Amino acid sequence: MGTPRVAIVGAGPAGVRAAERLVSASFRPILIDEAPRSGGQIYRRQPANFTRTYRQLYGFDAGKARALHQAFDRISAAIDYRPDTAVWNIFGNKLYTVSDGRADEVEFDSVILATGATDRVAPVKGWTLPGCYTLGGAQIALKAQACSIGRRVIFLGTGPLLYLVAFQYASAGVDVRAVLDSSPLSAQVAAAAAMAARPSLLARGLYFRAHLMARGIAVHNGVMPVEIHGPGRVTGVRVRLGDGTTVDIQADAVAMGYHLRSESQLADLAGCNFTFDERSGQWAPQCDDAGRTDRAGIYVAGDGAKILGADAAETGGRLAALSVMKAAGMAIPEKEAAVLRRRLAAFERFRRGLLTGFPWPQAMIRSVPDDVLLCRCEAISAGELRHAAREQGAPELNRAKAFSRVGMGRCQGRYCGCAAAEILAGSLGVPVAAVGRIRAQAPVKPLSVAVVSTSLS
Amino acid sequence: VRAADVIVVGGGIMGAATAFFLRRRGRSVILLERGLAGQQASGTNFGAVRRQGRPLHQLPLSHRSHALWMQLAQLVGETCEFTPSGHLAVAYTREKADAFEQYAREARECGLNLEIIRGDAISARFPYLGSGIAAGFLSPDDGHANPRLVAPALVRAAARAGAVIVENAEVYAVEKGGEDFRVCAAQGEFRAPVVVIAAGAWAGAMAAAHGEAVPLDCRGPQMAVTEPLPFRIKPMVGVLTDDAERFIYFRQVARGNLVFGGGIRGPASTDTNRAMVLPENTLRQLRYLRDLLPAATAGNVIRTWSGVEGYLPDSLPVIGPSARISGLFYAFGFCGQGFQLGLGVGDVLAELISVGRTDTPLHPCGIDRFQSSSQRAPDARQLS
Repeated sequence: MGTPRVAIVGAGPAGVRAAERLVSASFRPILIDEAPRSGGQIYRRQPANFTRTYRQLYGFDAGKARALHQAFDRISAAIDYRPDTAVWNIFGNKLYTVSDGRADEVEFDSVILATGATDRVAPVKGWTLPGCYTLGGAQIALKAQACSIGRRVIFLGTGPLLYLVAFQYASAGVDVRAVLDSSPLSAQVAAAAAMAARPSLLARGLYFRAHLMARGIAVHNGVMPVEIHGPGRVTGVRVRLGDGTTVDIQADAVAMGYHLRSESQLADLAGCNFTFDERSGQWAPQCDDAGRTDRAGIYVAGDGAKILGADAAETGGRLAALSVMKAAGMAIPEKEAAVLRRRLAAFERFRRGLLTGFPWPQAMIRSVPDDVLLCRCEAISAGELRHAAREQGAPELNRAKAFSRVGMGRCQGRYCGCAAAEILAGSLGVPVAAVGRIRAQAPVKPLSVAVVSTSLS
Repeated sequence: VRAADVIVVGGGIMGAATAFFLRRRGRSVILLERGLAGQQASGTNFGAVRRQGRPLHQLPLSHRSHALWMQLAQLVGETCEFTPSGHLAVAYTREKADAFEQYAREARECGLNLEIIRGDAISARFPYLGSGIAAGFLSPDDGHANPRLVAPALVRAAARAGAVIVENAEVYAVEKGGEDFRVCAAQGEFRAPVVVIAAGAWAGAMAAAHGEAVPLDCRGPQMAVTEPLPFRIKPMVGVLTDDAERFIYFRQVARGNLVFGGGIRGPASTDTNRAMVLPENTLRQLRYLRDLLPAATAGNVIRTWSGVEGYLPDSLPVIGPSARISGLFYAFGFCGQGFQLGLGVGDVLAELISVGRTDTPLHPCGIDRFQSSSQRAPDARQLS
C-alpha cells in the first residue's frame, strides 16, 4: 500500500499547519479551500494588488500571520492545493467538491476537517436592516477590501472579537459610536483568573478596552439590546444599559456577534457523533485532544472542532496531522505530541475563562419578542417557532424546523440555529441541550443547478 | 394496561389517517408511534397527490383518497399546503408516449380523465419545458401537499377527536391471546381486539411474527429543493421512463422553491433509522432537471433529504386484513407511492374494521399474495 491519501478541508491556521506537518513526514496532502488564497478568515490575505503592510492588516498578529503565510508558501509545491473549491458533501471515503461550476470527487484515506467558524448571532428587532453586519463580516470588509461597513458604527454583542473589531475600526479612523457588551463587567472580573492562562491575550483585551475608552468611545457592559432603528436602513440602536436606563444611539451601521460557532456540517454529514458543550452552549463533533473523531479516518481541527481561536487552531492542526501519521503506522515523536497537547490544554483553560467572562446571553435570547424575525432566509419570526413548540407539539429542533421552516433556507440554520435552539428551549421550559441541534443536510453551501459533474458519464 | 377498540401501530400517514377515520366512526383508538408522527416515508416523500400513472386496479382507492384530499382543510383544520395544481407526465420517446396513451385511454374508463398533448402542442402549452418531449399527459385535478405537515396534522386532529396518541413508543411485540391483542411497547402494555400494523418499513418484522413474511426491502427517496426561483410553474411534472437514472420529477411550492427527486433509490436502514441521499444521485438529477426545465439552471440547491421507505417486489402495497389472524390488519409497503393513498387507506380500513366490509376494491394488495410461489414480475416504471 502506498502513502495514504490525506485530504484537508480549509486552509486557515489549522489546515495549513496540518498540511505543513504532513509534508514534513513526506505526505502530499490535498488542501481544499473555499477562498482564493490561504490564511483562513483570521489571516486572510489581501487581494493581489493591495499593498497594506502586515502591521496594518493584522496588528498585534502580524508576526503570526506572516509566519503562517510563509509556512504555506514553503509547502505550496509539495501539496495538491485546490483554492476556490467548496466541499458540498462527504460520503464514504469521498469528498464532493465544486469549483468554477464543475463538480468533482476527492477520494481519501484520511481527512482533516479544518472548516473554521462563523459568527454566532442573536436576533433583535431590526437586525435584518441594511447596515447590520456580523462582527466577522465587518472585519473581513476591513481586512480584505479596506472598507468600513459605515461611517458611524456601533459594535453590539459580546466576546473578545467585539473589542478587537471595534479597536481595528477605531484604529482605521472609523467613527465608532459605542461598544455595547451584553456581558456584565462583574462576569469579566470573575473570569480574569482563568483567562490569565494566556496572560498576553488577557493583557491585549484590557488594552483594546482601555484604548477605545481613551479615544472617548462609550463602552457599556450588561447591555440589553432593544431595537435596531430603521426605517429602510440602520439609523441607530436602542439599548437598555446595565443601570436600567434606555438610550438611543445614532449610527448608520451595526456590527454584532456573540462569539463564534463551529462550521461542523461536514463532520455531521460524515456521521461523527456530536456532544453538547455546556460552557459554550454548543454541539461539537466528539473528538479526543488529537482531533480523532469516532469515525475512522475523520479528524477535526481548529475552530471547526471547538472555538479555541487561531493559536489553538495551529496546534490542533499539527496534532491532527500527527494522528493521521500514527494511523498510517508511522512512529510519531511523542515529545512533540506532548508539548502540543499541553499547549492545547492551556487554550482550553483560557476558553473556559472567556465563556465565563462573556457568556451567551441566554435569558435575553429566550425573551426575544414574538414579532422579531428569527430565520432570515425563510422570514420566520420567533413567534412562529414558539407556535411550532406550543401548538404543534414540536419537542426538538428538527421537528420545529419541519413545522415552522426555521433553518430551512439558504444558510441551513447556520445563522439562526443557535438562537432558534435557545428560543425553542425557552418555549418548552427545558435546557437548550434538550432540544438537540439542526441535523446537517447536504449541500453544505448552496449548490448551483448548473453544476456539471466531471465523473458522471 | 391501557385498552381501546383498536390499536394502530405506526404514526405515518396510513396510521394517522386510520386513527382519525376510526374516531369519526366512533371507535376508541390508541396510536403507538416509535418516534414522532410522520418522520419517515410520510414526512420525507415528494408530496405528490397524484392518481395519474397508478395501476388501474388502484384507481378506485386513489379516487376515494382524492375526494378526501379535497376536503382536507375541513377535516383536519389545516390546508397542509395541498394544491390541486395538475400533474403533467412527459415522455421523451414516441414508444413511451404511445404506451402511456394506451394507459390514458384505459384510465378514462376508470374515471381518471387525462388530457393527451402531443407534438408541438406541448411546447405551446408548456413553453418552459426543455426540448425533445414527444408527449405530455395532464391530470388536471392531481396536485401536491407538504408531506412534513400532513401526518402530524392528522395525528393532532385524531387526538382532538379523542384518539390516544403515544409517541416514542416503539412496539416490541404484538400477540393475540384470547379475544384481545396484547401490544408491548416502550411505554408499556396496551390491549385491543383489533390491531392495525401501519409501520412502514418496520412492518415487515411484525408481519413475519404472525407467520406472514413478505419480501420487504428498505430504500430511501432522493429528494432536493432549490431556493425560491423567480418564476411560477403550476403543474407538477414527471418524466415517463424505464431508465431509473433518467427519472426526474419536480413541483414548485408557493414560496417559489423547486422540490425535485428521482433516480436510483438510496440505501436505508430500519436499524439506524437513516436513509441516505447519494451525492452522485443529486448530481445526476441536476443534469436531467436542466433538460426538463432549463430555467432551473439559474437556481441553487439548498437541501437534500431522504427517509426510510418500504418496498415490495411487485411495487404494490399490502392493504387489508391478515390472512391468518382475525382482528389483524395491515397497511404498509407503499413503495414510495403511498402519500396520495394515505387518506383513502385510513378511511377504508376504518370502514373495514367498523362494518366488516368495503366497496373499494383492495385486490391485489392482500398479504397472502406472498404465500404463493409465483410472485408477480416487478411493475414497469412508476411515477412519483
